[in-house]
Amino acid sequence: MTAEIKNTCWVFGDGISTDHITPGRYYHLRGDIPALAEHALEDANSTFADQAKPGQIVVGGKNFGQGSSREHAALVLKERGIPAVIAESFARIFFRNMVNVGIIPITCCTAGFQTGDELVIDLEGGRVKNLTRDLSVSFAPLPSIMRDILASGGLVPYVTEHGGLT
Amino acid sequence: MGKTLAEKIISRKIQKECSAGDYVVTPVDLILAHEGTGPLAVDQFTALGKNEAATTGLFFSDHAAPAPRKELADVQRRLREFSRDTGTVFHRPGTGICHQLVAEEWAAPGQIVVGADSHTCSAGALGAFGTGMGSTDVGVALAFGETWLRVPETIQVLYTGSLPPGVFAKDLILETIGRLGADGAIYQALEFGGEVVSGLDMESRITLANMAVEAGAKAGLCAADSTTAAYLADQNREDAYLALAPDPDAVYSQTLKIDAGDLSPRVAVPHFVDNVHPVEEVERVSIDQVFLGTCTNGRLSDLRVAAKLLRGREIPGDMRLLIGPASQRVYQEAIKEGLIDIFLDAGGVILPPGCGPCVGVHQGVLADGERCLSTMNRNFQGRMGNPQGEIYLASPATAAATALTGKITDPREFLR
Ligand code: SF4
Repeated sequence: MTAEIKNTCWVFGDGISTDHITPGRYYHLRGDIPALAEHALEDANSTFADQAKPGQIVVGGKNFGQGSSREHAALVLKERGIPAVIAESFARIFFRNMVNVGIIPITCCTAGFQTGDELVIDLEGGRVKNLTRDLSVSFAPLPSIMRDILASGGLVPYVTEHGGLT
Repeated sequence: MGKTLAEKIISRKIQKECSAGDYVVTPVDLILAHEGTGPLAVDQFTALGKNEAATTGLFFSDHAAPAPRKELADVQRRLREFSRDTGTVFHRPGTGICHQLVAEEWAAPGQIVVGADSHTCSAGALGAFGTGMGSTDVGVALAFGETWLRVPETIQVLYTGSLPPGVFAKDLILETIGRLGADGAIYQALEFGGEVVSGLDMESRITLANMAVEAGAKAGLCAADSTTAAYLADQNREDAYLALAPDPDAVYSQTLKIDAGDLSPRVAVPHFVDNVHPVEEVERVSIDQVFLGTCTNGRLSDLRVAAKLLRGREIPGDMRLLIGPASQRVYQEAIKEGLIDIFLDAGGVILPPGCGPCVGVHQGVLADGERCLSTMNRNFQGRMGNPQGEIYLASPATAAATALTGKITDPREFLR
């Protein structure tokens, strides 16, 4: 894991569901992640689907990733090169899925953030700085098992390294 | 210190005392996945170099069944072949919705059930710790027979009094989600108790447990009691019974008390499940389609309630009424009881057992600007295949009353 992530962000509101991220009408594309990723977050903001660039950061409000367990929602963000999602809170299945596919979830206050703001995430110091708005917010570290899974690059590499979960 | 149901089930499974906040690795009794999430779970299982399942693996074909297009037919075949090769079980299209079949054939008190579907919490009605996870977690659980979890804190939900006529388990759980909020129980379990729950049949308990995830919960649990024992005995699985109850001195993060006697039917309004209103506040919103079915409310008792209102009546010409029995067993019983005839006479369309239009793949996609009142568990924007459509959630009784008038209608008008 890199210690610092710096890029511009896309901001979404509260309650973004996995249906917003990967709509059910593209069910048949689940076997083709690059094709599914062209529709990432389409039902929340179609500009994101067209214009998001690798390295950019996704910012949400409360309960980001609620609803269906579809891991494809995390995978399409991974496919689009999103390194981290920052939200006030995450739905738990999506939270696990992000870690399992190797995206960093960061839980902190995102009030005042707007699309296009430039952010710096200091992973070791536990801080998100919004350079555009001169804001700095702290976040708590992930549980150690999740840090270990992220350090391995996801759950499959983690269990391969450890020969299981124990 | 006393234990909640979640703490009891997990402690028993890992054979070590644990309590809320502990991180544990636990054996898994059942895993499940379907055509939407199964292929990725299978990929991860295969990536781990495994060819034999380390626990009971259940695969379902329900979300898009029978297959509406080639890509989905392909993944259903893939799951069928994978099951044959690994000693897991494949349930073919038309047998029913995964959570319903798990309740009818597999779930039992004290189990840990990990499913690549968020409504795996439905198994909590039988006293199993059922929880939804992603495909990778499920593939790993199938490969190693275990998973990691944080033992959740528990919110105790106590339903007191008794349900008035026209008010059902669906109204209770909608009210609960409205009060807790869609994120009110994230990382926690819900434990349903109180005299109302003791008196509810298993089908209604499944409705409660099913929607725990709509408050963000990891699991939604009911104690295993004589109702559970009778339900299992009905399926010739009496040996699977284990009595389970929380300790009287269990510690809860919060207790929510709802007096059932005070409730009127509830409706969740677009586009969020926690946007819950008494039916009186949304009456007369015009509705184009009514969907009665899903893992939330597609069981026999749900169809019976709807049939009671629909018997001898007809829906208006511009209304579409779709009925999806949750399983083949439910469908057959409904035929035997004459419910299907009542639905057909009323102008309804019977869908094959499965998820039907619930996830927006097929069978009842909404037109731009149309409104559907559904007995399902989610009204997210786009859920039924069109982000320009709107979804209202309610009980089977409210659904039947609404189908008859074309407007959201209090079912008590028909029950008087
Ligand atoms: S009926 Fe709907 S909520 Fe239930 S498993 Fe199927 S798609 Fe999911």
